[in-house]
Amino acid sequence: MKNIATSIVLAALAAGLCAVQAGEITGKITLKGTAPKERDITPLKEDPTCGKLHPGPVPTTRFYVVGAAGELADVVVSLEGVSGKSKGEAAAPAVMDQKTCLYVPQILAVQTGQKITVKNSDPVMHNVHAQPATTGNKEENKVQMPNSEDLNFSFAKPEEFVKFKCDVHPWMFAWVSVFDHPYFAVSKADGTFKISDVPPGKYTLKAIHRKAGAATQEIEVKDGAPTTVTLALDAK
Amino acid sequence: MLSDSAVNRARHWFAVLTAAATLGLILAGGLVTSHGVGMSVPDWPNTYGYNLFFFPISKWAGGIFYEHSHRLVASGVGLLTVILAIWLHGRAARPLLRWGGGLLSGAGLGLWGVMPGRWSDAVVVLAVGVAGLAASVVWSGGEPAPKWLRRLGILAVVAVIAQGVLGGLRVTQIRDELGIFHAALAQAFFCLMCAIALFTSPWWAKRRPADTAAARCLAPCYVTASCLILAQLVLGATMRHQHAGLAIPDFPLAYGKVWPDTDPAAVERYNQRRMEIVAVRPITGFQIELQMAHRLLATVVVAAVFFCAWQTFARLGRNNLWSVLTLGWAGLISLQVILGAVTIWSDKAADIATAHVFVGALSLALGSLICIVSIRTALDIMKVKAAFDAAREAPDQPPGPRISAAN
Repeated sequence: MKNIATSIVLAALAAGLCAVQAGEITGKITLKGTAPKERDITPLKEDPTCGKLHPGPVPTTRFYVVGAAGELADVVVSLEGVSGKSKGEAAAPAVMDQKTCLYVPQILAVQTGQKITVKNSDPVMHNVHAQPATTGNKEENKVQMPNSEDLNFSFAKPEEFVKFKCDVHPWMFAWVSVFDHPYFAVSKADGTFKISDVPPGKYTLKAIHRKAGAATQEIEVKDGAPTTVTLALDAK
Repeated sequence: MLSDSAVNRARHWFAVLTAAATLGLILAGGLVTSHGVGMSVPDWPNTYGYNLFFFPISKWAGGIFYEHSHRLVASGVGLLTVILAIWLHGRAARPLLRWGGGLLSGAGLGLWGVMPGRWSDAVVVLAVGVAGLAASVVWSGGEPAPKWLRRLGILAVVAVIAQGVLGGLRVTQIRDELGIFHAALAQAFFCLMCAIALFTSPWWAKRRPADTAAARCLAPCYVTASCLILAQLVLGATMRHQHAGLAIPDFPLAYGKVWPDTDPAAVERYNQRRMEIVAVRPITGFQIELQMAHRLLATVVVAAVFFCAWQTFARLGRNNLWSVLTLGWAGLISLQVILGAVTIWSDKAADIATAHVFVGALSLALGSLICIVSIRTALDIMKVKAAFDAAREAPDQPPGPRISAAN
């Protein structure tokens, strides 16, 4: 009985030690310069069915989602040189929706093996066509009727920006970055991001945006201490 | 009962109709790739689980409209091609119609009985069978075409089936490369249908163009220009089926230069600056070089076709069938160059890009017909020359039918 109690105490201490050791990386991404003008998605507006879902002005592309002070959203931030630590199969599914004939969100990041659930909230039929380029990741093209069951996708190999598209409505596209570790995040509308449970150590942090390109920064995560990063990407 | 000559004339016009329908099919296929909706119907030969002919019109939304229409037109062209191949066999095809129609009707009824869930497939098979049986009753067919022409008809049926399977596999296997072969075979098939229409014409059977001696000299010129057009169309198909949109967005310069940079950094820059509104693949250096090759080859094609027209005018004068044909050919090529430029300036507007495919197909088909007639003329002249040589070497032989060297 005494041995069991000792074991429980030791295990609790070890778990506590680990929890203390894991660090957190937080930060903000901004855009330097003026973002190019987004383009009107006229085919969407002209489509007899999808056009009705946008009674207001013509929707535009969403490449540069920039705040008033230059905060840049949809930037994929990740640690480089870390691999083989994917817990994707146990992770909660990442959700992507088809709303008003657009993908929401347009940028997503997942782990290898993690389920990507695609919903259809539209009153129209879509097809979800995943177009990975890496050997080992399967290209799939699935039909999704209105109010039908969610579709699920997953990828076995890491790959940057796997394109998802709808061939029925060619203006609908999104990208999913796949990592074989859990140390990544996508910047929010205010440009902030957070990567949790990072083991202490020195890393290269990479921030990549579909159009503004990439930037890296050397960082060090210390025992339990938060690490703050600020990165700026150039408008192209 | 119609006379054989009337039936043969009708057969010729049916071949013209089939060729025209094939051109319409190329147009429909061009619209599919121009709108980037080739994968909007992910299954084949069914459409979203429905038999092709029973897919509800209410579901023809977005890109499905173009892809499904393309499949329907393709089915129509397939049917016309089969009818033409049968018709080329003349009255001898009546038993084939009777037995084939009977078999298909039986198969349709059998399918309906055994698998009631597939009633729509059964209806299609049954309808074709009954149509075959009905045709066998009223079939006169006319006299059979020559054996080589009948074989061409069978080749056309094989080609149209292969084309359908290629298109289907491109969808089900999700392979862009198959799309390139699909597009190239479409051009070859259109030329074949135009050739059959020419071979079934009364003009082909009777008339010979004048000034054949001059035409003979021009045959290699026509063949070279047509081969260049074919190569250009294959290049164009390769570009279209990369699904990367415009690899170079400006013309006549390319990214502001005579020859654009294609190093990885430059290509990354091009992709970053591109604000695409439809889902196109990222541009690669290879695609940029491919478009530059397409532009360079376009200048060579223009030079070759205009050289053909100039030589034809110089040798045969302006009031000559050859001169008119080559002038029309040069006109088509000029239009094609303009459409190519407008395709770029309009950021690859679907209608313009499709018109570019359409005129390209017409240019190749016209070139092929000019080649066929000029080669035939050259062969006729060789026969005439051989007959003269034989007559000169054996002056004591009784004279055979006289053939004028001028004809």
